Amino acid sequence: MIRMEQVSKRLGGRVVLDGVELKIEPGETFFIVGTSGAGKSVMLKHMIRLLTPDSGRVWIGEDCISEARGWRLEQIRARFGVLFQSGALLAWLSAGDNVGLPLRQRTNDSDADIDRLAAAKLALVGLADAFDKLPAELSGGMRKRVGLARAIITQPEIVLYDEPTSGLDPVTARTIDALIDSLRQSLGITSVVVTHDLHSALAIGTRIAMLDGGQIVAVGTPAEFVRSTNAKVQQFLEAQFITKHGNWEKAVAT
Amino acid sequence: MYAPGVNYFGSRTIITREPEYFAPPVNTYARLGRAVLLLLRNTGRALRMLGEAVANVHYMLSRQNRADLRQQMFVGGIKSLGVITVVALFTGMILALQTGLELRRFGQEVNIGTAVTVVLLREMGPFMTGLIIAASVGSAIAAQMGTMVISEEIAALEIMSINPVRFLVMPRLVALTLMMPFLTIYTDAVGIFGGAIVGSTQLNVSFTAYFDNCTRFAENKDLYVGLFKAMVFGVIIVTVACHQGFGAAEGAVGVGRATRRTVIISFLIILMMGYFITRLFYK
Ligand SMILES: Nc1ncnc2c1ncn2[C@@H]1O[C@H](COP(=O)(O)OP(=O)(O)OP(=O)(O)O)[C@@H](O)[C@H]1O
Ligand SMILES: [Mg+2]
Repeated sequence: MIRMEQVSKRLGGRVVLDGVELKIEPGETFFIVGTSGAGKSVMLKHMIRLLTPDSGRVWIGEDCISEARGWRLEQIRARFGVLFQSGALLAWLSAGDNVGLPLRQRTNDSDADIDRLAAAKLALVGLADAFDKLPAELSGGMRKRVGLARAIITQPEIVLYDEPTSGLDPVTARTIDALIDSLRQSLGITSVVVTHDLHSALAIGTRIAMLDGGQIVAVGTPAEFVRSTNAKVQQFLEAQFITKHGNWEKAVAT
Repeated sequence: MYAPGVNYFGSRTIITREPEYFAPPVNTYARLGRAVLLLLRNTGRALRMLGEAVANVHYMLSRQNRADLRQQMFVGGIKSLGVITVVALFTGMILALQTGLELRRFGQEVNIGTAVTVVLLREMGPFMTGLIIAASVGSAIAAQMGTMVISEEIAALEIMSINPVRFLVMPRLVALTLMMPFLTIYTDAVGIFGGAIVGSTQLNVSFTAYFDNCTRFAENKDLYVGLFKAMVFGVIIVTVACHQGFGAAEGAVGVGRATRRTVIISFLIILMMGYFITRLFYK
């Protein structure tokens, strides 16, 4: 579904991505982990062409998004839903209007229909009573969940999440995990999730990749990932008290 | 249904640009050359954005956008009325006093009416309004756009195939271009009234004599050219503010820089355009 071929990118005079190779299959919930500043957000931005690779290509299905222009690019982008790290809600619109915005701007649906759908998506992320609130009246975690509702209202094939659970309490975080998982199981949506939360990754990920030094240093199913011998991966796991001999499967079983 | 490509017209400006990195210039010439190239490129981009906003003006008529227009006109105009009143009043008073003191030497005080009116209508009315609106509304627009860039809201709009130029620039452009002539008429009126106060209190020119003198020599052309200037200034302010705001980078510092540049660049262009428009209509 998503394929990155030897993607390299320099930003601010320094190499952030250095020949990233990646293949994500349709219907996967693919996790990307890595230390802060490793380039995870940069990698995600390449998948929707907010950044263009210096060299290499990014494919979405049969389309090369890294070389598409104009109307072609719009068409490829319309297949995506994106949850930004900060939520990226418009400050002057209520939560409900923010969620309904893509439909209001891009379809001829009636306002009542759009509001109903927006309310349903807000309920899905556990914010049924926040419809009329402005983003400034919501907490960071709530804003993020409104952003998630907006990302899925257009029924995208692929959803990109930049740290969907950071800044959320553990209970809400697991609700979001369950939501991402149910999108895959019920609608077959492909998800790419950037996170620091290994518990989410191990619980609902189909595969996990570790980004370090501008390259994917390890990739595999959760079971393979915890048994990886890569030093960076081990360090990352130990920091979250997950060891290959431990009982992580029990700990993250939901 | 959500369909890709609905409402899509031709190629459009991409607002979310690649972050730019320039190696430090090797010498003064390199620095100068780069500054000139960047100036040309940015002017081109700003004009292209303006063109696209103009090409999207018909969307203003849609139901949702009418509310937006009313909101923008309110922000863009009514809120600045307080400052405008004070500035206009004192501009009129200064003009009356300065010309009045000179004219008194020839016993011609009564002609302050003409002097104040003509100068305000032709030049000072639109100019003062432009400066105030650039400093208040222009800087606010730049700060808002800059903040939206930093918090990835503009990128989010583009991903949702919502054109930021149509969604954000165009309503502000229409609102301010419509609002500027009205604000200028208000400035002119308050300024002329300020002149009348100075005339009656310090120069012994009665209200009747003053207003009679005002209308005697001023032409309709003075008013129209002034209002045309005001509209052009409105376009300049929105274009500069949005272009600078969209170019913001590096967090809050970038937003501050965009705001500052908006005020300075708008001032300069308003000043120069004022001269050229005057030259165009008064040979
Ligand atoms: N617009 C930019 N200009 C210059 N450098 C950038 C830009 N965006 C990102 N970088 C650099 O790229 C590197 C990776 O940034 P990125 O945002 O992808 O990190 P991340 O892995 O998402 O970290 P975090 O977990 O903190 O979100 C950083 O070192 C950053 O300095
Ligand atoms: Mg990040």
